[in-house]
Amino acid sequence: MSLIADQVTVRLGRVEVLHAVQMAAQPGQFTAIIGPNGSGKTTLLRALTGELSPAAGRVTLNGADIATLPPPELATRRAVLAQQTVLSFPFTATEIVRIGLTAHPGPEAARDGLIRDALAAVDLPGHAGRLYQEMSGGEQQRVQLARALAQVWRPRAADGPRWLLLDEPVSSLDIAHQLTVMRLAADYARRGGGVIAVMHDLNLTAMFAHRVLLMQGGRVLGEGTPAEVMTDALLSRAYGCQLTVSQTPAEGIWLLPQLARA
Amino acid sequence: MVALEYRPGERLAGDRRHLGRGLALWLILLLAVMSLISLGSGASGVSAPAVLMNWFSGQEIAATDRVVMFDIRLPRLLTGILVGAALAVSGAIMQGLFRNPLADPGLLGVSAGASLGAISAIVLGGWLPVAMLAVVGWYLVPLAAFSGSWIAMLVLYGIATRRGRTSVVTMLLAGIAMAAMISALSGLIIYAADDTQLRDLTFWGMGSLAGSSWTKLAAAGPVMLLALIAAPGLAHGLNGLALGEAAAAHVGIRVQRVKTGAVLVTAAATGAAVAISGGIGFVGIIVPHLLRMVAGPDHRWLLVNSALLSASMLLIADMISRSIVAPAELPIGIITAVIGGPFFMWVLLSNRSVVDR
Repeated sequence: MSLIADQVTVRLGRVEVLHAVQMAAQPGQFTAIIGPNGSGKTTLLRALTGELSPAAGRVTLNGADIATLPPPELATRRAVLAQQTVLSFPFTATEIVRIGLTAHPGPEAARDGLIRDALAAVDLPGHAGRLYQEMSGGEQQRVQLARALAQVWRPRAADGPRWLLLDEPVSSLDIAHQLTVMRLAADYARRGGGVIAVMHDLNLTAMFAHRVLLMQGGRVLGEGTPAEVMTDALLSRAYGCQLTVSQTPAEGIWLLPQLARA
Repeated sequence: MVALEYRPGERLAGDRRHLGRGLALWLILLLAVMSLISLGSGASGVSAPAVLMNWFSGQEIAATDRVVMFDIRLPRLLTGILVGAALAVSGAIMQGLFRNPLADPGLLGVSAGASLGAISAIVLGGWLPVAMLAVVGWYLVPLAAFSGSWIAMLVLYGIATRRGRTSVVTMLLAGIAMAAMISALSGLIIYAADDTQLRDLTFWGMGSLAGSSWTKLAAAGPVMLLALIAAPGLAHGLNGLALGEAAAAHVGIRVQRVKTGAVLVTAAATGAAVAISGGIGFVGIIVPHLLRMVAGPDHRWLLVNSALLSASMLLIADMISRSIVAPAELPIGIITAVIGGPFFMWVLLSNRSVVDR
């Protein structure tokens, strides 16, 4: 009952972007995928969602090869948040979250409560009637998160855990909402669901992730707990610049989310 | 997590489905009224309520009234309703598929293919063997237009589909290239046309409901009806596509099935509509856009309401076309273009942020 990429190789056009990537994410854990730009983080996530089919290897979700699962079935087991979603028509927040419930098996009446709860969970309870196009980038991102959250609202069900796959979920958010969203994801994992997120913010990753996958050049450079992976040597090698963890600069202003109070 | 007090049955903010539902009822009423008025207006002074009253009460109806009402106006009315519905639903589906409020079935090469078919039939039809002409008769032009639209669409769909996936962008760009090639071919045939044929071509291109008859309706009607019945099945898929193709698949939509369905429904609806009425423009852009402004872009009501409103609008345009130069008739395509052109411009200018993406 986990989400496994087994020797996944992905080609985009003629370029091989992922080279036999091996990873396993467990339910009940927040798994972060980190690495520099172009290291294959998003490509790996797209392979995990089933959007890209691997040229070699396979992805299994709760034991089933996702290539064999039809979209409606896959949709009840995992939800996906993209980096940015541009809408072609003026939908309201409520209508967008409802689209996330397309594959929802329950009755129509149950959906209204779900929509309300999901919007409240991302701290947008008053935005239900607002038009998507008239919201800020951060608000749009949170509406999309509410849409994904509503799709797999219960982290666990009889047939296995549910999964949230998030591509840079906090990149366009202010620090307070970064924390809101990270806590939301961590809480989802705590309640038994699986969370996989592509992350750029290393502090937030260190704070919330149970497991970290460090990527570089389409390969896995390191995998383990934050303490195991986020070392001076590994991070410096992956990002191509000298990095030192857990050191404070002698001067200048710096700010860490670790010290924020809700 | 914030627990919010929620009373079942209370409407959510931002839920506009009740608007769509309410609008549908009003539009049905509007269509009923427009149908009655349309039945009652025309060159002869037959009054629809009087004839209907007599018909319901079982009284004898004058033979000429019967002919005017049931053999001329009724098939024209039904043709107008079906063509209007087919054009607007096709437009709404194409806009959903291409994720652009200004898309129309022309992007599938359907219109260009239909014109080529019609032009070939009008200009080259005389060269067909007499026996064949006797079989197809005056079905020739509609039949050729319908075939033309389907051939164009199938070729385009084939070009844009690789390994079971249709690329909407390829379809759009290849569609432009193909429309240009088809137009060139059409031009070549027109070059060979004589004066009478040129006049026929011009009138066909401007669109008209004047030639409506039961026999034509019997041929094109079922195709349009079938497409209209199938269309609401695309609603969930088109809503999902508004988020983008990847996100649509993520929420559980079988994207390729929606694309194929959208192309087939549009080709059937537009192909049949163009075949029977010629080129009636702009309806497919104006109507869905107006409805989105009123009740939002949810396709579950948008498709139904587009069909209803467009049917009424086409009846109105048809009445204008019949009365403005009475007893002669203006092609209805001129009316829709005169109203639609400025409207299109207005949509374009007020939606720059959407269009310029």
